[in-house]
This record gives sequence, C-alpha cells and structure tokens, in this order.
Amino acid sequence: MIRLEKRRGISKLWTTLTPVLAVFLTMLFGGLMFGLLLGDLSSAFGAIKLIFWDPLFDENFASYARPQLLVKAGPIILIAIGLSIGFKAGIWNIGAEGQYILGAIFGASVALSLFPRESIFIFPTMILAGAFGGFIWALIPAVLKVYFKTNEILVSLMLVYVAENILASVSQGLLRNPDGMGFPGSRNLKDYPSAHNSEIITNSGMHWGVLTAFLSVILAYFLFLKHQKGYEIKITGEAPKAAYFAGINPSKTIIFCMGMSGLLAGMAGLFEVAGPAGQITISFNSGYGFTAIIVAFLGRLNPLGILMAGLLMALTYIGGEIAQLMLGLPGASIQLLQGMLLFFLLATDIFTNYSFKTRGS
Amino acid sequence: MVMFGIDLVLLIPALMISATPVLLAAIGEAVVEKSGVLNLGVEGMMITGAVIGFIIAVNTQIPIYGFICAAFAGALLSVIFAILTQYMMSNQVATGLGLTMVGLGLSALIGKPYEGIKSPTLTKLEIPILSDIPILGPMIFSHDAIVYFSIFIIASVAFIIKKTRIGLILRAVGENQDAAHALGYKVIRIRFIAIMFGGATAGIGGAYISLARVPQWTEGMTAGAGWIALALVVFASWKPWRVLVGAYLFGGITVLQLNLQAIGVAIPVEILSMSPYLVTIVVLVGISLFGHQTAPGSLARPFHASQ
Repeated sequence: MIRLEKRRGISKLWTTLTPVLAVFLTMLFGGLMFGLLLGDLSSAFGAIKLIFWDPLFDENFASYARPQLLVKAGPIILIAIGLSIGFKAGIWNIGAEGQYILGAIFGASVALSLFPRESIFIFPTMILAGAFGGFIWALIPAVLKVYFKTNEILVSLMLVYVAENILASVSQGLLRNPDGMGFPGSRNLKDYPSAHNSEIITNSGMHWGVLTAFLSVILAYFLFLKHQKGYEIKITGEAPKAAYFAGINPSKTIIFCMGMSGLLAGMAGLFEVAGPAGQITISFNSGYGFTAIIVAFLGRLNPLGILMAGLLMALTYIGGEIAQLMLGLPGASIQLLQGMLLFFLLATDIFTNYSFKTRGS
Repeated sequence: MVMFGIDLVLLIPALMISATPVLLAAIGEAVVEKSGVLNLGVEGMMITGAVIGFIIAVNTQIPIYGFICAAFAGALLSVIFAILTQYMMSNQVATGLGLTMVGLGLSALIGKPYEGIKSPTLTKLEIPILSDIPILGPMIFSHDAIVYFSIFIIASVAFIIKKTRIGLILRAVGENQDAAHALGYKVIRIRFIAIMFGGATAGIGGAYISLARVPQWTEGMTAGAGWIALALVVFASWKPWRVLVGAYLFGGITVLQLNLQAIGVAIPVEILSMSPYLVTIVVLVGISLFGHQTAPGSLARPFHASQ
C-alpha cells in the first residue's frame, strides 16, 4: 500500500522539477492529440518538434520566429509578473485582459489626441496613461472587495466583458481614424513616430515593452527577496490570520496587489497597441491576459520562473502559428495545449506538497 | 399587454428561455459549493456541453439526445477537475480556471466543422388546459421540455438539500469537512459526485444555448454565462429557489436590453450589451450590503484525511 503524507514544507526539489515534468507530459499528450488530429500518429513527433524546436533552431523559421518570441513573451511576462504578486497573497485578479484593453485605450487616446505633433515626451506620457488605465480598472474590484467584500474573481472577470464592449465602442466611434473612410479602427501608431513603440535594436523583437517586462522581473525579484512589502504579501497568502495579528493591513495589501497587477497589465496593453498591433481595433487583444494566468502558475509565482514560462508560452504561440501553416493544425489546438500544460502542472503539484510513503515505514 | 412598446406576453417566455442556461449551470454549481468545493470551470463545462449537444443533435436530428450527451460531456470534463482537486489536492481556483481554458479550446477545436449549421429545434410542450388560459397560457405554460426540467431540478435540489438525509450529509461535508470525516462520511466521494452533478447541469445549460436560445454553434458562444452562473450562486446565498429568482431577474435584464437594442433606443449598443455584466457587479455589491452571506464553511479548502 502506498499512502500520501503531507510534507512539513514544500519540497524545493519538486518545485523546480514539476514544471519540467509538466512540459514533458504536455509534449507527450499534445503530440498524441496532434497525431490523432492529423490522422497519422507518426506525425506526432514532427508536430511537437515544429512547435517547440523549429521556431528557434530551424533556419527556415528562426529569422522570423526568434524576434517574434520576444514580441509575444513581453506582454505575457509583464502581465504574469503583476498577477503573481496578487496570487501570492491569495488575491485572484483574473481580469487582466480587461486591464490590458483599458491600458491600450488610455495610452492610445493620449497619442491620438496629440496627433500629429511630434515630441519626445509623447511616448512616456502614453506609458503613464496606459499604466493608469489598467490601474483604475483593477482598482474597481479591489475597492469593491475592501469596502463590500465582493468576490474579486467575479468582478474582475465581469469587467473584461465590459472592457471588450468599451473597446468595440471606441474603435468604431471615439478613436476611429477620421481618414479611415469609415472603417472601424484607430489611426495606425506605427505611422506616428513620436507614439510608435519601436524596436530598440532592429529585427530583434526587443521593443520598450519587452525591456519593461525584463525590468519588472528584476523588480519583482527584489520585492519578494528584500522588501518588507513582498514579505507582507507572502505572509498574507500563507497565513492571513497571522498577517492580520502582525499588524499587516489586509485592505492595503488588496489595493497594492490588484493595483500593481492592473498597472502592469495596462502597460502591456499600451506597448502592444503602440507597437506590434499598431492600432486600436475591435479584436486587437489576443487573450494574453488569460494566458498570463497559466504563465504565473507555470513559473511557480517566482519572477525567474515566470520569465522562462513566458518565453515557453510565447514559443507555443509561434510554433502553433507555424504548425497551423505547415500542417493545417487548427488554431484552437494550441489553446488546448496551453490548457493541458496547466492541468499537468497542477496534477504534478502533488509531489511538492505531499510525499509518497509505503505503509509501515 | 404592452408596456413601453414591449409586449409582455412575448417578454416573459423570452426571459425564461434566456435564463434557463444560467439557471441550470448555477443550480449545479450551488450543489458543488454546498459540498465545499469551488469549481470556477463552469464556463468551460457549459461551452463543452454546447458543442457536444449541438454536434449530437445535428447528426441524430433528435435534440434530446444532444442534451443527454451534453450532460455526459459536462460531467466527464468535471471529472478531470474532481480528480485533480480531490485526489491530487490541487488549488481549486487554478484548476477551475484551467478547466475553463481547456473547455474553450476543446470546443473551438471540435466545433469548427459545425459553424453556420442550424440545429433541429425543440418542440414546445403545450401543457393541456393550462396552456389555453389567455395571456398566462402562452406566457408560462407553453415551453420546451428543458425549461420545465430546469424548474424541476431547482425544486428537487431544494427538497433534497432541505428535507433529506443526503442533503444533510452534503451540507455537513461542506460546512465542516473535518467533523463530517470524523462522523465517518466519505468527504472525497461525496464531493466527487457533487462535482459531477454540477458538470452535468452545466453541460445541459450550455446545450440549451446552442440548441434553443441561439440555435447555432459559434466559437465562444457562452460569452461569460458560466461566470454569471457563479455570481448567481453568491447572489442566491446558496439557496436553490433564490437561484431561480436571480436567474429570471438576470434573464429579464438580458431580454430587455436586447429588446431595447431592437427598438433602437437612443442608448449606444455597447452600453446595452455590457449592462448584464454591470448589473451582475452591482448585484454582488448589493448582496454584501443588504444580504447576509453564508458561504459554506469549508468552501475551497482542500481535504486530506491525514491526521
């Protein structure tokens, strides 16, 4: 007989090992799924190689795919770092997609209202506006939680649908390109030098948002390692009562965590709309806010882990696009693959929290 | 019966049809939460039910088969959640979110060839005599079977939870898992069954969207209905009949805003479309202001019989 025994603490070894195991299992079962979809199991390995290996190392794809890796990973990492701060404290902001949209709208509005003036101050102002947009959108569930004890999961998620409607409205009305002959969508910010989030190094994919994402990783690392606030957040998550008695104000923690995650998601939205996306359109958002949730967990809520998980998730996006093109795999199968990854991670989590003992020992 | 340019005889049945999917999903989730488990995967189970129900109904041309298979599909998906959270002690919030993502991906994948097809429609059951009553008859007594089934489910759940031993055990497990365990109840097994029940009703609810309310399959067509169902459970303070009241109130708002869009009221379409979600937030705030929240004591706490 094998039985489970709860570990005193979490296993450090398994904490790092489980994401690797989860990725391996996802490749295995994902490959099986692709094989079945293509009606030929022998093509399973090829499909997995096409998604996880070829974007980086096959010379036919690498010149396109390597810069794209940073372009996709940037916003995902930036959002996931923000979410991880809240998740550590047991505060579940799952409406990052909405904060991302609002950040993009706020930031783009600044640029569009100043068009066509040129100034070096325009882009920094847009970043601030984007951060503010995400921040206030995240503050709604935070304030409602503090004052009315409403569930932040539900409120933040409802606000995603509200944000999507606002996006539809402004891209057809308020922010529509006056020279766009009536088509929905704003002016393209790529054609507006002062507002364009351009690449810092040409053809590297490295734009200001990617740089900010890397900075956020470093800042989050220090927040949790060195700063009092990071310690308070950890305590709140692990032992809310102890935190309360130690004088840590739960309301302040809620506002801080939600606010920070909204701020970063808003910035991610601005960088995306001013850079790779270029313009506000009805469907410019691409679900990064939800993918970031998987990334936060896959990275074990650890900044460095999130960095790697974000790059991996970006790889599945690009590899997925290539597989779609080369093998005709449906786009939704990649979404399924990402979901599988989260499931396998959660399933293997048992090794971190419990140890297997044979009876009698 | 016309009020503000809207015909009430048409509004009430439309309201009931619009409310039925969330009603079914919410009553299932209420049972799951009563057993002390928070399953945030309602949206994923609903959309899976929607696509499976649609595919089966189109292929067999018998809608009821679609609903039965949707129930199985929803329950099957919830089994993944049950195994992960009950046996592998995974975080319920994360697992539920994962279930939603998998459900959305899976449904988009298998539903692709079925886009743009119309599903066979449900026949209306005209209840004899009652359906002949003027005004009230066409309003309430001439619906399809699933509408009545959903009300029947509410009544049964209310009865079972309040009046039977099974209901008592379910509540005991949800309120205090350690005490229930000490009394010898199989906490994990009871929760497992509750989760599957929640999955089945969410599946039927989803199928009602793709087979009756729309009736068509489009990717992501549940559009947050699963999340609204979760909010309804809080609104209803975990009480079955209040789930019905909440769902019909919500259905009323949805139908009303659609009607207002159709008439062409001078309110932007986007504001009307976002109103159900805004109302849900307002209601959640209102409930915490005026209602007394009585969430099951062991809600979302993992259980491991080690000590």
